Amino acid sequence: MAEQLSRTHPLEAWLPAFAELSGAVRISAEPFVPMTVLRADPATAGDVRIRGAALPTAPGSWASAGAGWLIWLGPDEWLLTGPGAAPEALEEELRTLLRPVGGSAADVSAQRIGIRLGGPRARQVLAKGCSIDLHPRVFTPGQSAQTTLGQAGVLLLALGEDEFAVLVRSSFGGYLASWLLDASLEYAAPALTS
Amino acid sequence: MSSSFRTPDGGRIDRSTTLEFVFDGQSYAGHAGDTLASALLASGRHSIATSVKLGRPRGIAAAWAEDPSGLVQIEEPFPEPMLLATTVELYDGLAAHGLPGQGRLADVPDSARYDAMHAHVDVLVVGAGPAGLAAALTAARAGARVALVDEQAEAGGALLGSDDRLDGSPAADWVASAVVELAAHPEVLHLQRTTAFGLYDDGFVLALQRRTDHLGGAAPRHEARQRVWRIRARQIVVAAGAHERPVVFADNDRPGIMLAGGARTFLHRYGVRAGSEAVVFTTNDSAYAAAVDLADAGVRVAAVVDARPEAPGHWLAACADRGIPVRSGSVVTGTDGDERVAAAHVAPLADGRPGDAEPIACDLLLVSGGWNPAVHLFSQARGTLRFDAALGAFLPAEELDGVAVAGSAAGVMDLAGCLADGRRVGAAALAALAVGAPAEPALPAADDAPAGLGPMTLWRVPDGGDGSTSFVDLQRDATVADLARAAGAGLRSMEHVKRFTTIGTAHDQGKTSGVLASGITAELLGIPIQATGTTTFRPPYTPVAFAALAGRDRGRLFDPERTTAVHDWHVAEGAVFEDVGQWKRPRYYPRAGEDMEAAVLRECAATRSGVGILDGSTLGKIDVQGPDAAVLLDRLYTNLMSSLKVGSVRYGVMCGVDGMVIDDGTVLRLAEDRFLVLTTTGGAAKILDWMEEWVQTEWPELRVHLASVTEQWSTFPVVGPRSRDVIGAVFGDVDVSNEAFPFMTWRDTTLGGVPVRLARISFSGELAYEVYVSSWYALAVWERLVEAGRPHGITPYGTETMHVLRAEKGYPIIGQDTDGTVTPHDLGMAWAVSKKKPDFVGKRSFSRPANQNPLRKQLVGLLPVDRETVLPEGSQIVEFRDDGRLPAPPVPMLGHVTSSYRSAELGRPFALALVKGGRARIGDTVHVPVGGTLVPVEVTGSVLVDPEGARRDG
Repeated sequence: MAEQLSRTHPLEAWLPAFAELSGAVRISAEPFVPMTVLRADPATAGDVRIRGAALPTAPGSWASAGAGWLIWLGPDEWLLTGPGAAPEALEEELRTLLRPVGGSAADVSAQRIGIRLGGPRARQVLAKGCSIDLHPRVFTPGQSAQTTLGQAGVLLLALGEDEFAVLVRSSFGGYLASWLLDASLEYAAPALTS
Repeated sequence: MSSSFRTPDGGRIDRSTTLEFVFDGQSYAGHAGDTLASALLASGRHSIATSVKLGRPRGIAAAWAEDPSGLVQIEEPFPEPMLLATTVELYDGLAAHGLPGQGRLADVPDSARYDAMHAHVDVLVVGAGPAGLAAALTAARAGARVALVDEQAEAGGALLGSDDRLDGSPAADWVASAVVELAAHPEVLHLQRTTAFGLYDDGFVLALQRRTDHLGGAAPRHEARQRVWRIRARQIVVAAGAHERPVVFADNDRPGIMLAGGARTFLHRYGVRAGSEAVVFTTNDSAYAAAVDLADAGVRVAAVVDARPEAPGHWLAACADRGIPVRSGSVVTGTDGDERVAAAHVAPLADGRPGDAEPIACDLLLVSGGWNPAVHLFSQARGTLRFDAALGAFLPAEELDGVAVAGSAAGVMDLAGCLADGRRVGAAALAALAVGAPAEPALPAADDAPAGLGPMTLWRVPDGGDGSTSFVDLQRDATVADLARAAGAGLRSMEHVKRFTTIGTAHDQGKTSGVLASGITAELLGIPIQATGTTTFRPPYTPVAFAALAGRDRGRLFDPERTTAVHDWHVAEGAVFEDVGQWKRPRYYPRAGEDMEAAVLRECAATRSGVGILDGSTLGKIDVQGPDAAVLLDRLYTNLMSSLKVGSVRYGVMCGVDGMVIDDGTVLRLAEDRFLVLTTTGGAAKILDWMEEWVQTEWPELRVHLASVTEQWSTFPVVGPRSRDVIGAVFGDVDVSNEAFPFMTWRDTTLGGVPVRLARISFSGELAYEVYVSSWYALAVWERLVEAGRPHGITPYGTETMHVLRAEKGYPIIGQDTDGTVTPHDLGMAWAVSKKKPDFVGKRSFSRPANQNPLRKQLVGLLPVDRETVLPEGSQIVEFRDDGRLPAPPVPMLGHVTSSYRSAELGRPFALALVKGGRARIGDTVHVPVGGTLVPVEVTGSVLVDPEGARRDG
């Protein structure tokens, strides 16, 4: 059985509905990328560079790391996302990097899926189910939050003025996709028939 | 119907738009901008319904949410009960009828949408009257993030119902310019039709926005009809205005008796004369404006009855100009009338007692007993109130951090004062935020009437009888007589009086009746009203529909549905799903014509005789890494984990500090410094929290890190004597022989370049392999396994079959066969409790005397002697009775059935049970009461299938 195994995206069934939204809200599924959770004491891991980036220490922040993100999850915890090595190879590489400084790494590539949310109404859509302050001066690009959206725990990243990434446990993907489509209805319904 | 009571012009209605509606089966017409109440009054209709207990006719008694009586049931476009005619905006096609107290919920699902929105602001202003607008303007001009919410259809507050002028122009012009200016500030959120109904700690306010109610059947389907705003404000300005208060007298409940300010609002806002012949009864200056304005609009005002000994000079002159007689030092003692008030009884007041009364004919009796500042939100924030004797009202008595009160809500009763107070409080809110007050133009000049005479505090006019027709709460039909009974029964607290009399418990929550009840109770008890105080103000300020509170959390979005990566396959195969927490798990896969029992018997037999496959991906999985990983697991599991070899698997039990089992599962040692811990599906989050708590709070010195990988790894047990063939076929490079791959070991391999981990773990007693793969590839691997299993008749099975197979082997489900009071020893798992380890969580408790009691409940098997009865789970177990009859209670209970199934393997039903001293009873027969009969059952060991363990290696 040497042939490649196919990958199945949990949101495959929702992609057509995402595509039908008008421009006021854009929703898309992020492609599969390796994700690794990193643990280390910043006091001993200060010199560590991950794809050129230092481990961010500001709570609720993220930094660019290669073509992906290095996201602060806690005082000694980060999530690295982005294309590159295969998940298991990346895990091994990071374990090797972090073990000498008392750290660890675990492959969590399939633990979460990413949803990209954009458009002039994206903030309103989020505000329907997220209690943090999403004001453009408060939740600025480079910031992240571990919060709830609807009834799902999410990792929310401000990517740009009207651009967000929502990382959610894969099992909640369908719920969150339905929730987002429903929340977008009044702004971006493909064919409004009242 | 003609609109005989509509003025020829004026009002804020659109006379060019006619709206047809039906009330009590009769057709009416109104205009855009009307409420149901104003449109009915324009047609001369006051009566709405009869009262809840006494059946007395009741009408419209106010112009907004303070109305105690005008409740209606909407029928079209969608049934909705218990709305006030005064707050229902008119729309075409509305059909409603009056309600005697209670309404009727729709018996069809509500197809409207409801949602919620979070907002964060620097300053929240509640109320868009003069004070609120001034405060919002000040905050907005400073660049603050402002929310202005107001419950009416348009801004203006009390100005909507008056003919006030500002800077020589109608006040509405200033309101309009303020609204335009606010709209130009990008940081201002201005919401009309939005009621701030609850104020909570730390500046959290809930507000209900009625977005499309006023559109009736034309409301767009894709927009939420109502929205709950969840506003977090650093500073809150409550500028909610004031409610006029009536005076209680005999027969004060007839249709046509109305608050004076309400009638003035109907006139100025809706162009409606509330009657043709009016008597005005007042204790203060404000009602004179109503008398004068109504007279100017063509209503014959038969008298102004002023309870004060003297009437204010300038109002006397204004009344004289219009030929309105003023009777100072007089009160209304009662009324005549049937469906509508026909006369007011007016008597002079001497030494606080009314003299002989004279009837004055009228079809409208306006009443003003002063004003109650709307302190609800302030009081909800636990602000204390004080009684202001000069004003005759309760006012905020303190300053709250982050909550300020402005305008008439703070007792400021003139327009100039409200504007100035709003600006002052707005600036104070900015100062609290360390924002400087902006440069602002001068406030507009108001044309307030000259200062007149102070109000007289008069709660009620003695009726010479028992007060049983002197209504305090019209909606509850509660009277002065009820208050007298409460006082006579010894009640002193207004909280008790409220519950005894039900005053203030209706839809309006006592907006007109609450303070009256306090005042009259104080009189009855002979104590000052300061001593009685008010009842506590609680949310919601006005009623909020449950549908609005539920918002979008209904239907499929009521509770998240968690699905595994293989979910769609299960759906396509016709699986019946079971909710396990939030997970959707296949329960069984029925074939045509099969019920659950038939399907499960088939799935069980196929698995035990051939091979089955289960989606076990919901199992909790925790990655444990670090040099001290083994130390941590040794401390948390009852058994030893540090001795586990890399490549091996061990079953483990976790206990709480009380020594009771909290979770169980297997542990894979992946490396010297790395383990994969498996938890139960339901325990996944709880056990990670439990482990983190110990690491973070008790043993921070341990060099160990935890990560949830529950959804990273999909898990598929392939189970049964033919499982080796299937695994061998799919993973050709793995030596699946028992020698090379023994029980309780794991092996890594790849499939199409994708890493796969195989583990010899069995939750059924059969030869079995668990297949772990990244959930990215879960479906592909699952399909390979199913395809490879086809020659062997591989059977997908669900949780029900999983439960039967594990129960046949006596494997407990934590949380089903245990309930937090069960130790590993009770489960017969003393073997899983280390005697070597110096300590672990729960160990201390095992030596307690209660844990040594031989009569503790122990897990045993039960076999119904009739080989037929499936014992209901939860059934009680009692001693065997020779006569087969349950004795009279109390019947000592020996335990209960925890799991019960029909077994394909045994060919009979069986059960697991917790039984007192159960292991000593093995071989005994006991009784289980089932549906009125006693079913004899044999107590057995908990392992009923393959107790020798001969099958696990195939």
